[in-house]
Amino acid sequence: MDLKLEHHTTDGIEVVDVEGEIDVYTAPRLRELLIDLVNGGHYQLVVNMEKVEFLDSTGLGVLVGGLKRVRAHDGSLDLVCTQERILKIFRITGLTKVFGIHDGVDEAIAARKSEK
Amino acid sequence: MPTVEMTFTPLPAHVRTARLVATAVARRSGVPEALLDEVRLAVGEACSRAVEVHQQHCPAEPVRVALTGAGERFEVVVTNASAGDDGMAWPPQPATDGQDPAALPAELGLAVIAGLADDVQVSRNGDGLSIRMSWPSGAPAG
Repeated sequence: MDLKLEHHTTDGIEVVDVEGEIDVYTAPRLRELLIDLVNGGHYQLVVNMEKVEFLDSTGLGVLVGGLKRVRAHDGSLDLVCTQERILKIFRITGLTKVFGIHDGVDEAIAARKSEK
Repeated sequence: MPTVEMTFTPLPAHVRTARLVATAVARRSGVPEALLDEVRLAVGEACSRAVEVHQQHCPAEPVRVALTGAGERFEVVVTNASAGDDGMAWPPQPATDGQDPAALPAELGLAVIAGLADDVQVSRNGDGLSIRMSWPSGAPAG
């Protein structure tokens, strides 16, 4: 399956819904979207990965790149993910300590709002 | 003799095909369902890495993948043809300490492979480098 990307604003936070496979072929599209959002002044991001079927290290690199970009503007990039097979790659690489990983979009937004 | 051998042009679009084939052969070889995601991810990482190396050093050469499922273990060997790959990143450095996202390992893909396959060997193979990975196939010993 290819990669499907959509985004919308909720409570001032840009939510990116990702569906499909994030790999060496499709990850550049996610990278471009994250760059476009940051360039457009969106520094509070939530990436919803509940419909992601596959994620590899290229995708991880894109997410880390996005995190670095928003942090340069004192922003944030949180993830929504409950799938064990996706969470495993975050654990292997130690990135569970780097990203805020939440069970749902509402929880991610609430957590971000509470930190403000 | 490998159960299935394939070569593919070093383009990112073909990595998905390679990992789908590897997963299908792993399933037919009796690899437990619970391990198929690991096979899919590890083979994808190895092929992605090979594609990247080929694009830098030898874009006209194909990436080779050999899948063998006849014995007790299902074995995958991904071979690149680049003399420019010194493989010095193996074994991979420990993952980021969680403090600095920029502290990702230089070879994140190898770090992922090391975390997924319980048996991984990286070796020189002619001009290139081979990543050999295996998982239990469920076939009876002997």
